[in-house]
Amino acid sequence: MNSHQQAPGRIDGHGLSIRLGQGREAFEAVQRLDFAVEPGEFVCILGPSGCGKSTLLGALAGHLVPSNGQLRVDGQAIAGPSPQRGMVFQHHTLLPWRSVLDNVAFGLKMQGLGKAERRQQAREMLQLVGLADFAERWPSQLSGGMQQRAEIARVLINRPRLLLMDEPFGALDAQTRARMQELLLDIWARIRTTVVFVTHDIDEALFLADRILVMSPRPGRFIEDLRLDFARPRRASLLTSPAFTHLKRHCLALLRHEEGRELPRLTPLGLPATDHPPLRIAL
Amino acid sequence: MTRDLKRWPVRLVSLLACLLFWQVAASVKLDLGLLTFTYVPTPQAVLEAAWQLLTSSTLLAHLGSSLSRVFAGYAAAALLGVALGLLIGRSKWAEDTLLPPLEVLRPIPAVAWIPLAILMFPSSELSMVFITFTGALFPILLNTVHGAEAVDPRLVASARSLGAGRWAILREVVLPGALPSIVTGLAIGMGTSWFCLVTAEMIAGQFGIGYYTWESYTLQNYPDIIVGMLLIGVLGMGSSALVKRLGAFATPWYRTRRAG
Repeated sequence: MNSHQQAPGRIDGHGLSIRLGQGREAFEAVQRLDFAVEPGEFVCILGPSGCGKSTLLGALAGHLVPSNGQLRVDGQAIAGPSPQRGMVFQHHTLLPWRSVLDNVAFGLKMQGLGKAERRQQAREMLQLVGLADFAERWPSQLSGGMQQRAEIARVLINRPRLLLMDEPFGALDAQTRARMQELLLDIWARIRTTVVFVTHDIDEALFLADRILVMSPRPGRFIEDLRLDFARPRRASLLTSPAFTHLKRHCLALLRHEEGRELPRLTPLGLPATDHPPLRIAL
Repeated sequence: MTRDLKRWPVRLVSLLACLLFWQVAASVKLDLGLLTFTYVPTPQAVLEAAWQLLTSSTLLAHLGSSLSRVFAGYAAAALLGVALGLLIGRSKWAEDTLLPPLEVLRPIPAVAWIPLAILMFPSSELSMVFITFTGALFPILLNTVHGAEAVDPRLVASARSLGAGRWAILREVVLPGALPSIVTGLAIGMGTSWFCLVTAEMIAGQFGIGYYTWESYTLQNYPDIIVGMLLIGVLGMGSSALVKRLGAFATPWYRTRRAG
């Protein structure tokens, strides 16, 4: 596969395990995963809450370190976070103290680009996600859907090999979510990058993906590798087509198999923060 | 806005009622057994003393000395408090090495520092600045630590994913993230710095509002004591308000979030 030059964005995982927690509480969130993702592929990882899909995403982003096995992007082992592997969280992580425009330009600033140049590029990127008119706003002044669009623009401005998305539309209302899904596919048609999209929403996975990796919880393992060949561009009408419902039934059966176990949600940064920072009387 | 305006008369009436009580209590030399107003000067006497101070040439000298001491101590505390606070808030190692000794020093009141301050510093001026410094340091330090610790780890993770290094994370994420907390610390610190002024100016000097207040006590000029107290109160309140105003100016995103 390395014999000829390929587009960037290939992922290879071999015997990949990731441990979370410490001491007696430690457990393997994902266990001995073997998988490969082709450059430019849109992959959804589908699984119930707490199954370790976000953990895998965290390892791809470089926030979590595998305890065993290998995880490579274009043949290179992942060592820490990189602008080459952009991450979109469920709730936006825009810097509240920067305008939307400067948030989107942040990656270019880190590369050392001048202010005029990076703002110019950021404006183009905002145009692409339909936020051109909101460039000067504070992030807190945008709606949830707009915040996620700004977040996507901020990640894509770095032209990453991988776009990693952790239930990015999970907190949005149904209408906004549907619009965002179409928008994401439009953007992806223009900026072709490998997308790894984590979701527990079967409709979402079927609508977006070239391929769905279904994951079972504790330990997280892939139990199905499903290739979808619905024609693109995809529109909402797909959701009611017979082929779609057929596959949906299949996925439901796979996930129902795992019912009855309620697990705490994991995050790409590891275990969810349970302890609030101690109250400090600062006098 | 209009509702705010409607509330002002009540506030004024409350202030006036307090003044009236003071006037009556002091002029009839009210004696409640446990608490006596026998030696308390009346507001009128205080007003006269204030007028005397205002028209005298020494006021500017008093004000100048006090302001320069407070601001020198405060500026040093602000620089050191914010720098140490960010360090402690972001590094477990710094927290373990720096915080325990600081926690021991924290409860020590300014008065207790006087002998040591005189021994440690070459001039009494520097010892006085040091006392105001101790007053301002801890609120600034602890609020900065709190602010730096409370920065959302997802923001830091995201910034790293966008190519930010350690220094950029401190400058772009941690410092602005902690800024609202730092501003709170700076505003409280301004007030506590003024708290310590009388203590500081007990050390020595010829000028300073704290010195003026203390001297009035030793000379039994009771109305002057109250003038000094009120002057410190007003100056402390004014400079805290100034810090808050500057802080709001430095954190515009915070303002819109609270308004919206």
